[in-house]
Amino acid sequence: MADDAPLPYPSIPALLKRNVERFGNRPAYREKEFGIWQCWTWAEAAEEIDALAMGLLALGIERGDHVAIIGRNRPGLYWAMVAAQKCGAVPVPLYQDAVAAEMEYVLDHAGARFVICGDQEQVDKVIEVQERVHHIEQVIYYDKRGLRKYDHTHLNWYRDVQAEGRAGHARLAPELARREAELTEKSPCVMLYTSGTTGKPKGVVLSNRNIIESSRASCEFDMLTEREDILAYLPMAWVGDFIFSVGQAMWAGFCVNCPESADTMMTDLREIGPTYFFAPPRVFESQLTNVMIRMEDAGDLKYALFHHFMDFARGGMGEKYGMPKRRLARPDLKRRLKNIWKYTVGVGFAMEALLENAIRLGFYKLRYGKNTRAHFKASDPLGLYLYRGWVRDYFKYRTGQVLIYGPLKDTLGFSRIRVGYTAGEAIGPEIFDFYRSLGINLKQLYGQTEASVFITQQPDGEVYSDTVGVPSPGVELRIAENGEVFYRSPGVFEEYYKNPESTASTKDAEGWVATGDAGFIDRQTGHLRIIDRAKDVGKLANGMLFAPKFVENKLKFFPDILEAVVFGAGREYCVAFINIDLNAVGNWAERNNVAYASYQELSQHPQVREIIRGHVEAVNASVAEDEMLGGCQVRRFLVLHKELDADDGEMTRTRKVRRRIIEEKYHDLIEALYDGRTEVTTETEVTYEDGRKGSIRATVAIMDAAVKPVGATRAAAE
Amino acid sequence: MQDAGTTITADGRTIGPVVMEMKNITLRFGGVVAIQDISFDIREGEIRAIIGPNGAGKSSMLNVISGFYVPQEGEVWFKGEKRPPMKPFEVARQGIARTFQNIALFEGMTVLDNIMTGRLTRMKAGLLAQMIWKGRAEEEEIENREAVEKIIDFLEIQHIRKTPVGRLPYGLKKRVELARALAAEPSILLLDEPMAGMNVEEKEDMSRFILDVNDEYGTTIALIEHDMGVVMDLSDRVVVMDYGKKIGDGTPDEVRNNQAVIDAYLGVAHD
Repeated sequence: MADDAPLPYPSIPALLKRNVERFGNRPAYREKEFGIWQCWTWAEAAEEIDALAMGLLALGIERGDHVAIIGRNRPGLYWAMVAAQKCGAVPVPLYQDAVAAEMEYVLDHAGARFVICGDQEQVDKVIEVQERVHHIEQVIYYDKRGLRKYDHTHLNWYRDVQAEGRAGHARLAPELARREAELTEKSPCVMLYTSGTTGKPKGVVLSNRNIIESSRASCEFDMLTEREDILAYLPMAWVGDFIFSVGQAMWAGFCVNCPESADTMMTDLREIGPTYFFAPPRVFESQLTNVMIRMEDAGDLKYALFHHFMDFARGGMGEKYGMPKRRLARPDLKRRLKNIWKYTVGVGFAMEALLENAIRLGFYKLRYGKNTRAHFKASDPLGLYLYRGWVRDYFKYRTGQVLIYGPLKDTLGFSRIRVGYTAGEAIGPEIFDFYRSLGINLKQLYGQTEASVFITQQPDGEVYSDTVGVPSPGVELRIAENGEVFYRSPGVFEEYYKNPESTASTKDAEGWVATGDAGFIDRQTGHLRIIDRAKDVGKLANGMLFAPKFVENKLKFFPDILEAVVFGAGREYCVAFINIDLNAVGNWAERNNVAYASYQELSQHPQVREIIRGHVEAVNASVAEDEMLGGCQVRRFLVLHKELDADDGEMTRTRKVRRRIIEEKYHDLIEALYDGRTEVTTETEVTYEDGRKGSIRATVAIMDAAVKPVGATRAAAE
Repeated sequence: MQDAGTTITADGRTIGPVVMEMKNITLRFGGVVAIQDISFDIREGEIRAIIGPNGAGKSSMLNVISGFYVPQEGEVWFKGEKRPPMKPFEVARQGIARTFQNIALFEGMTVLDNIMTGRLTRMKAGLLAQMIWKGRAEEEEIENREAVEKIIDFLEIQHIRKTPVGRLPYGLKKRVELARALAAEPSILLLDEPMAGMNVEEKEDMSRFILDVNDEYGTTIALIEHDMGVVMDLSDRVVVMDYGKKIGDGTPDEVRNNQAVIDAYLGVAHD
């Protein structure tokens, strides 16, 4: 359990003060506004924070108040969190895309007196909520567009609050200093609401010690320094963003970059080129899907070279020759020379490879015309055939680096990356390999809001796609009888706000916390492997283990499949709902002259269903290889006529599937999957973005998929 | 509300004195009378809608205001002065900008470049200076780019800044056109069917932008629109035209209860 030794810097404001002294003129926050990256140094940021904090004091903020913060990632809102802490209040970031009704519960539960909003959209929602939640006293907004006409008796512009604070400096500064000095390791640092996969969201109270200790340990684990750059684009209400953009950024003193808008995230990512990056698997998946689609549209030469070099790198070569051996914040001269060497050795071969393949392609075009792509395969650069073994591999990887890996990393915005993490869900092994073979040090971690993120993470050089790593520094791990994972660490949360029963049922007296996930320690690697949510793991009627996520993740690797939900607990066999990815399948349709008018129509197109059947059968073959989970092969499936959506309650705001709700909502489809019908007509309620409801009717075809015998010896039930 | 001077609307906006007045305008194309003896005024800071069935002469009216057509009879008074017949570019210099019913953007140019063309009336540097891009030309470009970036931010089109217009969907093109018109920092903005062919969500967005423009920049807006719901929600006063004649003028409520307007829209039995 966490010892109670005092920390040198007991709170985030204390760390801020240290950063101003240590890195005063280094960039602390950047945001792209008006097409230019605007920058604030630590000293400037601290001044802004002070002004806001004093403004909040002038508005009458009390110790222990909850300050709700709603909006997209902007420096101003990050400052608001620290300013609230300075005043002795507790910031409560909320999901900005939540509708008013969802926000109402949280604002009511937290008892927030102050709400700081990003823009008009959020203010509107808060005003709507205010009619029923009466304890909201002051609303502060950051972007004043469209808000001029509003009644300003309880509404304040962020800059006005700051101006008020600056004006009252002499009066308010002593009070602020007093409140800041009162902050200890024990005082609450932030309250974060869980996304609520099941039931109402719970407010997780994390203390300064939780956040600072976790940040310190993880910064040391990955040698993060003040020279990192991160892109803050994940929801501010999510614990990960708080740890990366506030905790670690404050501890290590690195720069937090905020994108211009949600839509420009990919361009901004490329412009910033973060050195430390975190993303849920979904982001990596969609990036990979985009790359694959764009390669389909690329010229034959590019297409062939891309596949040639990617196939080469995936066979472990990327891991061997692409991954930097030691990661230094600032490469020394030797390293720089080595990097130059690495690139230059590739250039000659690259030019030769381009020329040779272009000429060969010309001949292929003469011979095959439009079918060239199917016949033409890129070949290695000529000279490489003279070498053998590792010499050849080394030079080939360098060639690929110049032609493919380097440019691709640059396009993806990963050219400077030193450490990348993915978490939240399991990542498809092929996706994981793809990024690692480019020489991107992508690792997995396993965490929870209740643990201040870190439970396990993968150390450099020990990275496997199917494990989540070894316990993070300071974390103890225990696997219960039923397979559920328990942990204990300095990051373990204080309590669920106003919910002692849940606190007691999650955290025992010794500080062990139940994760709700089932897993085991891999014997070969010593890493933790997570199978699924403990409550989702079940048994099939024939007694074989059923872990839906295991199969879903395999399905989701296919770019055509956006989401999959597998059912089968207590049943004879497994069935699946599939969501197609409109981007990928739409692109395929365009290239194959398949006309469609809507998502619904495309999803039910016979050719699309056949493609998906191919994917399902491929997954079945791979599932069959696993002794333990071989029973989870999908016997029957259907392609859903609508995308699963958070607005319909089918997914959480962090885009995790809500299994129970889907099961209830589409019970008619599940029945049809088990009673042998070949198609079913259904009507589904949908919610539009503005909250109105409608319904769609569709006839959904049910498909059969072939299954393989499990393992080598056991005969399947087929 | 008809008298000159300043009024304040229910939602707190200030509407100033008459800024533009059309007096007995008649416009003929050969034997066809497109506009017949129409008078109305536009007051500073208001949103003025021109509505009417197809072929009523609404777009012609807008073209008269923007100087594209010169009426055979009648006078256009702008800021208290009678306006002599003018070329459209001269009108544009006076601070009147417009968008078009069928989008008129440079398809091959990026969104940013398209909007920059809207700043043309404000650029003074000569061709040679622009080519060398030194001194005045450089300063000017930076100044104008800043203004354009503010508009891009305002209309939330950052993500397509560098995208060629030809690749954009219809709703976004409309928004880019609005941005280009705004870039001229007009005192009167003429919008020709800004919401034609849009879905509900796009219409809502566009309405919000129009209101925001009026609110934030204090721009006077004259717009033609078919969607009655939108017109009634947005505008302060409405002119109704039918077959080139004015059949109604007043607040949305007055117009809604005007028998002539109802007849024109719903049709009337001729017996």
